[in-house]
Amino acid sequence: MKQQRKAVALISGGLDSMLAVKVIQEQGIHVEGINFFTGFCVEGHTHAVRKKHKDKQKRNNALWVAEQLGIKLHIVDVVEEYKDVLLNPVHGYGKNVNPCLDCKTFMVKKALEWIKEHDFDFIITGEVVGQRPMSQRRETMPVVAKDSGSNDLLVRPLSARQLPETLPELEGWLDREKLLDFHGRTRKPQMALAKQFGFEDYAQPAGGCCMLTDENYAIKLQDMWANRPSRNYELDDIIMLKMGRHFRLAPHLKIIIGREEGENRFMQGYKNQFVTIFPTSHPGALCLVDGEFKSDEERQQALALVARYSQGKNEPQVTLNIRQTDGSEQEYSIQPIAAEAVKQEWLV
Amino acid sequence: MSDKPLNNSSHQVDARRLLCPLPVIRTQDAIANMHDGELLTVTSTDPGAKEDIPSWSRINGHEVLEIKEQDHEIIIIIRVNKPAD
Repeated sequence: MKQQRKAVALISGGLDSMLAVKVIQEQGIHVEGINFFTGFCVEGHTHAVRKKHKDKQKRNNALWVAEQLGIKLHIVDVVEEYKDVLLNPVHGYGKNVNPCLDCKTFMVKKALEWIKEHDFDFIITGEVVGQRPMSQRRETMPVVAKDSGSNDLLVRPLSARQLPETLPELEGWLDREKLLDFHGRTRKPQMALAKQFGFEDYAQPAGGCCMLTDENYAIKLQDMWANRPSRNYELDDIIMLKMGRHFRLAPHLKIIIGREEGENRFMQGYKNQFVTIFPTSHPGALCLVDGEFKSDEERQQALALVARYSQGKNEPQVTLNIRQTDGSEQEYSIQPIAAEAVKQEWLV
Repeated sequence: MSDKPLNNSSHQVDARRLLCPLPVIRTQDAIANMHDGELLTVTSTDPGAKEDIPSWSRINGHEVLEIKEQDHEIIIIIRVNKPAD
């Protein structure tokens, strides 16, 4: 009896990986999905806590794709291991702080470990030759295969006929003629194939699932790195970069002011890790203090900014409490800062 | 946010204050060490968990018995299905 071959697919939640899986399933291969949680995934986070985004679907697209395809999905927490990928990328960064080539290599390497552990035969991705400026170029796609150690066990079904034959093709597990030869930045072939497969609802067509490619996020991350003794980070640090308004008052002091109720509630969960400021005389935003006040002036600036984002912003005085992480609180009264007095250089 | 103790099914995952996909990962990790028929109660504050944990459960063959919300917390009870056990 013919052996059932098995492949694991890197699932981002976008259209390309969805199509790649379907193309391989059509050849009778058993496919399961794998999704890596780096901490920088766009999924969820801000949508989950912000009312502004209440109309956005809160689904995890990778899970949704897996369910549409009828495959299992294994979500792997790689937050710790990923730090070295981000902090020391061999191939450098893209336009922002996106180490795409190192990232893809890392994920394929992790998938290779996974197939060895679970007795699967090969790996598939939704990569397309020429689709992305860094990791999906004709010159760099072989780098991913080589540096990850996956070599000819890595199949890109959407571009396979643009690339050298892989082991599954040479062994006859896959029919190369039924694989595709997509290339370039156009999305039309993917759209047509999606239609052919009957996929009508899918996430953003070109991926875009990583905060590290987002310019505003990159600015906040670089600010954090520039003002700390080490670039190392914890998961909480990188999640907080997505929350609230960030004001850099001094190299040793940043404050984060919640933008709405959902964020305030989420940030409240950090009250035992950060000093917090909140208005007591008026409804308003919660503020986390990242760093320390080295002068009364810095404390006054922070209080006046938090007062500005309260409903007392036009009042002569707002009363606020500063809460220490041990729960002790001290009350202050201050005049809210005027809009024109908020220094542009504070805004991160 | 409440710090009250979680309820009484046989296994618990406290995913409060964790954001997507961590509640799913914690659920997945807990179920990996559970047996057929056991119950898992997951408590999350991420509204996305209402979609994601049932979705993860469906694709892995586990049964969601109940989803309820109270005090901004989402409580999901799952019956583990591992017939090979």
